[in-house]
Amino acid sequence: MAAERPITDDRHLDGNALAGPLSMLFVPDIATSTGRCGSCGRGDLLARAPLYAQAPGQVLRCRHCGNVVLRLVSAPDMFWLDLPHGSGLAIPHTAPADVSRDVSRGS
Amino acid sequence: MTAPETVRPTRDGPRARPAWRVARLAADRRENARTRTLVLEVPGWPGHLPGQHVDVRLTAEDGYTATRSYSMSAPADGERVEITVQRVPDGEVSPYLTEDLPVGAEIEILGPVGGWFVWRPAPAPTLLIAGGAGIVPIMAMGRAWLGTGDRAQDGAGRDGAARGGAGAMRVIYSLRSPDLLCYRDDLDALAAAGAPVLYAYTRRPAPGGHRPAGRLTREEIVEHGFAADQGPACFVCGPTGFVEAVAAALIDLGHDPARVRTERFGPSGG
Amino acid sequence: MALLSPGFHRRRPEGEADAGDRLPPGQYLTDGFPVLSAGPTPRIIPASWSFTVENENGQKTSWSWQEFMDLPQETPTVDIHCVTRWSKFGTSWQGVSLDTLLENVETDAGYAVFHSHGGYTTNVPLEEITDGKAWIVHTFDGEPLDPEHGGPARGLIPHLYFWKSAKWVQGVRLLDHDDPGFWETAGYHNHGDPWREERYAWA
Repeated sequence: MAAERPITDDRHLDGNALAGPLSMLFVPDIATSTGRCGSCGRGDLLARAPLYAQAPGQVLRCRHCGNVVLRLVSAPDMFWLDLPHGSGLAIPHTAPADVSRDVSRGS
Repeated sequence: MTAPETVRPTRDGPRARPAWRVARLAADRRENARTRTLVLEVPGWPGHLPGQHVDVRLTAEDGYTATRSYSMSAPADGERVEITVQRVPDGEVSPYLTEDLPVGAEIEILGPVGGWFVWRPAPAPTLLIAGGAGIVPIMAMGRAWLGTGDRAQDGAGRDGAARGGAGAMRVIYSLRSPDLLCYRDDLDALAAAGAPVLYAYTRRPAPGGHRPAGRLTREEIVEHGFAADQGPACFVCGPTGFVEAVAAALIDLGHDPARVRTERFGPSGG
Repeated sequence: MALLSPGFHRRRPEGEADAGDRLPPGQYLTDGFPVLSAGPTPRIIPASWSFTVENENGQKTSWSWQEFMDLPQETPTVDIHCVTRWSKFGTSWQGVSLDTLLENVETDAGYAVFHSHGGYTTNVPLEEITDGKAWIVHTFDGEPLDPEHGGPARGLIPHLYFWKSAKWVQGVRLLDHDDPGFWETAGYHNHGDPWREERYAWA
């Protein structure tokens, strides 16, 4: 069990900065989903969680215990996305009409 | 409550999946020596909400590409998108956008993105706090607030008055020195319409100003903001350290953490 | 269909044109020292720091800061290459060779995993860190290593992408099987040779 290390430094951004790349993969409002930390079990809006973006990938951490909630690596031809250690995302519904139109457009 | 059209031009527009689009520089404005507002025409633009940002992608002749995020500085207006860019010394993208990109040229943008740091008109008051270039999305919110009043024709003018469908608004703008000020005219218009603006210069005060240069204090936030029991929506944007300090002060003053929305920009600019 | 921006180009530091074959493919030269970090910077004082080698049987050998500083010191000057595409030439370090640290460790392991304060890990085949190819360093450019660059001590494996050179390192585990680390389990290449552009796992 990892020790709890609440995030208090000032080297991170807000998860809101993930909205751009994640919107390529999910619904536009993905940053308003709630992330649950797989380590301490607490939840927080993805947009508010501390994001370490100055790295080979973007690393979103739990503000309460410091563990990794989400990793996104953007390669020229591929994204890698994972929610390690049993972390999860609760993603709000969008209007089904919007979603189906996006899919049919295939953008 | 129905959202006024200024901030949501089509009902589902801002919800459409963002895509890379070609944007043509239609006009520009020089905000100060190192800051330029780009007025872009983007065919097919779906609209956006005040506070959202776009990613800008540049491609060099050798195929090298660079992508940066910029906040939009004005609410949705058809296919017009305004971004404001501050030149980062030794930067790669920002000097090109502030100095080199000619009117008529095209760049690529992705957006709108960000569904969290956005302002929607609501009866509760709004406190906007900007640090430096953090004024850009804050200004989009202020302009949207002005827009709600235009439609309501409510003849606002009292301090902190409600306007149209939106509650009262107050603005705090922390910046290093007067020569870095952006959007003076629109900020004056905000103040004239009843949304007072506090300028907190940290290094060099305005000539003839009463406030000595120094960091924004907790007391100033209390004096110029709204009491926590008024339940204001608070938006804070700026460099990481600034946002951290201001958000901590607001929460310490009893504001509901869920009502304090922040956007930081880190060292990755340029 | 990339849209070209005439007059836009990558910022090139002086000296890059003369870099010749010192620059691996797809890299550019920087004269700064960018700080990359996947988490908060741990603050570790040397008095509470130690370095531990653990072999595949769980046997541990540890050095306190003072014991570590009393080991034979080396001063490598090397080029470093970050997978985010910057390279920096002629960086000078001081520290202890992995050869020294592994000298009296009994092992038949084929793999090693560095682990750090804050939970970071990175894996390498054991043969990549022996024979003068890797160090644990505590000094950069004549000064104690800054915490934001991994101080008090970090790994240095300059012939692989720099994410293999773990910041805030506290030990290395020797294993008879491979155990991919933090970036190696997030799409980055398991080996990471900059000269072969081993950036991504699927490339």
